Amino acid sequence: MTDSPLVIAGKSFSSRFLLGTGKFKNKQDLRDSIIASKSEIVTVALRRIDLERHEENILEYIPKHVTLLTNTSGARNAQEAVRIARLAKASGCGNWVKIEVINDSKYLLPDNQETIKATEILAAEGFIVLPYISPDLYAARALVKAGAATVMPLGSFIGSNLGLKTREFIQVLINEIDLPIIVDAGIGAPSQAAEAMEMGAAAVLANTAVATAQNPVALAHAFALAVEAGRLAYLSGLPLQQSLAKASSPLTGFLYDDVSAN
Amino acid sequence: MNITINGTPQQLSSEKNLTDIVASFCKQSRHVITELNGTIIHSDQWPQTKLQDGDALELVTFVGGG
Repeated sequence: MTDSPLVIAGKSFSSRFLLGTGKFKNKQDLRDSIIASKSEIVTVALRRIDLERHEENILEYIPKHVTLLTNTSGARNAQEAVRIARLAKASGCGNWVKIEVINDSKYLLPDNQETIKATEILAAEGFIVLPYISPDLYAARALVKAGAATVMPLGSFIGSNLGLKTREFIQVLINEIDLPIIVDAGIGAPSQAAEAMEMGAAAVLANTAVATAQNPVALAHAFALAVEAGRLAYLSGLPLQQSLAKASSPLTGFLYDDVSAN
Repeated sequence: MNITINGTPQQLSSEKNLTDIVASFCKQSRHVITELNGTIIHSDQWPQTKLQDGDALELVTFVGGG
């Protein structure tokens, strides 16, 4: 069965798995995990340079063919997200930005309203904007209007590995929003990524699960396979779940036609 | 001359431009982004951008993130 590529803002990708680059134990693991994951889009963040500790530049470890998606982590409102996005663009590393506006340190939930504001401003400036939100139909519709390139609803809390706790709400977005829906945050296992893809998500983003696995490279590969499997299952037209049994074998008795005779 | 770099006060003994500053405070200049008093300064403007007393400079770059 052939699949159409994932298209974001006119750019085609054959992989439907996006990998985050945070929390890796070392840069070599990061590079090998990106390759094993087959990801063509990876997220990075922007921070002040530590003047005491001269750290290695992370971009040296990201394969050149990969599209960089800078997140606006650290932004507490739209204005700060816009500032971070503009700084990222000034680096000359592209204009793809994942809007992430968070002002709650306990649950790290995104502020949808501020995210919409930032999306509006940055899309008007020509950025390719991938906003990260709590799955909400009205917020998603506002993002479409604001010029978002995708909508990225959270599966569960960032870094929680809890999977698709917001499953039904993500399904609403998949059904109703005419943009790629990329499930982000909380995806802790390949099975959860496959589940999102089976639902019809356009792609899945994971970071913590891979970066903190005992063998990140192997898990990155497992995620790639799971996302492909889930996508194929979706395209195959999965049968609906039933609340009553339906026999897989012929419904006659083994030797006699009447089942009750057994 | 006293300036602030990434929130930390720094003393400069002589007049310096942004190229000098980046060279002395960053391991490498690639992918370093500068914001001087809230305004982004592109790297092609670094040589002609002279630091002045009281300036607040931000030096940022890419790190891992999800």
